[in-house]
Amino acid sequence: MPIIKKGEWVSDEWISVDDETDLPVEGDVLVSLTRYQENAAALTARAGKLGVRLEASEPPEAIADVVGSFDLITVDFPAFKDGRGYSYARLLRERFGYTGELRAVGNVLRDQLSLMWRCGFDAFHVNQSITPEVFAESIGELSIAYQPTGVTKDTVMNARHK
Amino acid sequence: MYRYDQFDHKLVTERVNQFRGQVSRRMSGEMTEDEFKPLRLMNGVYLQLHAYMLRVAVPYGTLSSVQMHKLADIATKYDKGYGHFTTRQNLQYNWPALEDLPKILDELAEVEMHAIQTSGNCIRNVTADQYAGAAADEIDDPRIWSEIIRQWSTFHPEFTFLPRKFKFAVTGCSNDRAAIRVHDIGIELVRGKDGDVAFDIHVGGGQGRTPMIAKLIGEAISREDLLAYLEATLRVYNMSGRRDHLYKSRIKILVHDIGAEEMKRLVEEEFALVKKQGVLQLPQEEVDRIRAYFAAPDFETLDAECPELDAAMASNKRFAAWVNTNTAQHKQAGYTIANISLKPIGGVAGDASDAQMHVVADVAEKYSFSEIRVTHEQNLVLAHVKKSDLLALWETLEANGMGTPNLGLITDQIVCPGLDYCALANARSIPIGQEITERFADLDRQHNIGELKLKISGCINACGHHHVGHIGILGVDKKGTEYYQVTLGGSADEITSVGKIVGRAFTEHEIVDAIETIVEVYLDLRESPDERFLDAYRRVGIAPFKEKLYADN
Repeated sequence: MPIIKKGEWVSDEWISVDDETDLPVEGDVLVSLTRYQENAAALTARAGKLGVRLEASEPPEAIADVVGSFDLITVDFPAFKDGRGYSYARLLRERFGYTGELRAVGNVLRDQLSLMWRCGFDAFHVNQSITPEVFAESIGELSIAYQPTGVTKDTVMNARHK
Repeated sequence: MYRYDQFDHKLVTERVNQFRGQVSRRMSGEMTEDEFKPLRLMNGVYLQLHAYMLRVAVPYGTLSSVQMHKLADIATKYDKGYGHFTTRQNLQYNWPALEDLPKILDELAEVEMHAIQTSGNCIRNVTADQYAGAAADEIDDPRIWSEIIRQWSTFHPEFTFLPRKFKFAVTGCSNDRAAIRVHDIGIELVRGKDGDVAFDIHVGGGQGRTPMIAKLIGEAISREDLLAYLEATLRVYNMSGRRDHLYKSRIKILVHDIGAEEMKRLVEEEFALVKKQGVLQLPQEEVDRIRAYFAAPDFETLDAECPELDAAMASNKRFAAWVNTNTAQHKQAGYTIANISLKPIGGVAGDASDAQMHVVADVAEKYSFSEIRVTHEQNLVLAHVKKSDLLALWETLEANGMGTPNLGLITDQIVCPGLDYCALANARSIPIGQEITERFADLDRQHNIGELKLKISGCINACGHHHVGHIGILGVDKKGTEYYQVTLGGSADEITSVGKIVGRAFTEHEIVDAIETIVEVYLDLRESPDERFLDAYRRVGIAPFKEKLYADN
């Protein structure tokens, strides 16, 4: 599955490691929240970059104080109708000040991309049909927003009362 | 009323184009029905028993004459010549073709209308007191705050895939005409400590299979904090509400499971953090901008008394009955609030033909500043009518089947579409409602019975509000046969209560007699004609009704 980051295809250099597998000596690793919590010191001390996977049932408060340790946070959407990840993204970006890659994974479909983008996701694990052109079209469909969320600070209200 | 500015226009136009793209991707097979479903739902498109249904949003139930003419034209052009006004103050078309939908949405957009927020697990179209801006008892106009909530909630990216749908209702005063305590969030405008308008936030009410009365969670929240408080509440729900079971996903279940105190604690904790970020403060200049749209119309200076009205009432009994039941006190001397009943005897509650919609648009233009309200009880309101115009107004309404003097009486029912239209229904609602109106057609009898809110749902989803009917009727299916369960003592006003089941259900042949028996028991035991059915029920309880209904068993 390809990844679109900031509107472009990117190749995924991250090594996703499950909880039972030993960590590779080199490379950037992506681990579960449980594994991070059990081995935080060792993981942070490693040479490569560190990423963490949040399941839909894992609110980001657990990593609120350590978001600076990560270069990648993935948030899983087990089904596109499960909208918890939208709140997680806003908390990570707007409250906890996370500035690294925030990647939506799981059931990520074309018509949810703009909502995810507006909540602060900048990378998307998508299927082949979503090209950068489709991505641009999707997030451009609504050009203005009423709410200040994620990256959208240019709201209708601000435009009205300039 | 509110008029779109360039930004509102742009968003609705872009949304129509977005949906046009989605329809074409569905039709080409690029998108599965499962993927398309939530998208069409978010654009108001349902699939019913026999056809697609389009639900058009009427924000807080307010329409202009121009919009009403357009709704009539769409009914003529794309439907079977009628529309159905709903308990969410919206309008439904029951027979549109899928391929016509983008065209209908284009036509709606021409008059600043759309079908956004009428479905899906998002924040739905906000409802409000139909007497807004006219009622003598209101603290402030609820439409202003409803419009602010409408904009904040429209395409809210965080709250588009909530655990379940989410409904707001707003009332401008303590006399609740908007049923706020049976909504996910019900807002009552109050006076804050500083004398400014503030907001009591009731959370976790609802009907359906688990009726719950909302709990007061936020007290006298200030203007500046309103949106931050709502965002905090929605975020707690989005992150903590159940998603494992369709029937347990509403916010009422969360509030019930963790308790009102814990809900309040969670919301306040989140609210403090949202507030600290500061971006969601509601500035006074935006409130002022929106308030200007709802400024009082140019009322004439008139006497409170209107001798010509008194004379007309004295000479026309049916008109007098209509004035007595269907009008309400206006804050401006010489004016009154006129309710248009969409409940003719033997009719379908809430239905209006294209011709009737045109008539309403015309009389609104002539007599009520070109503005119309839809009520959650499925009637229409002209909010600002001169008393001296009432007779002419009523004569036009009466000539077009809309002059029935039955507001709040037993034939003014809320009735869900039931098995005649709805894929979820267990039983028919419409024919039962029609039979009851025919049984109680005699106007003197209805007026003698007095206020009696009868509400009918064709299944446990309770779209017909049966839980909060003074008399509620619920259609159930028992081995392929329709039965009707009766509840008594429900109410959706400021003293909200959920009705109690009276006993075993009735067949379709028994139900109308049963209702008549209940009414007779009430008439026998009431202390005076001023004691309403609900008051009498609350005094005596269910026993006398039960006894008489099941006397033969």
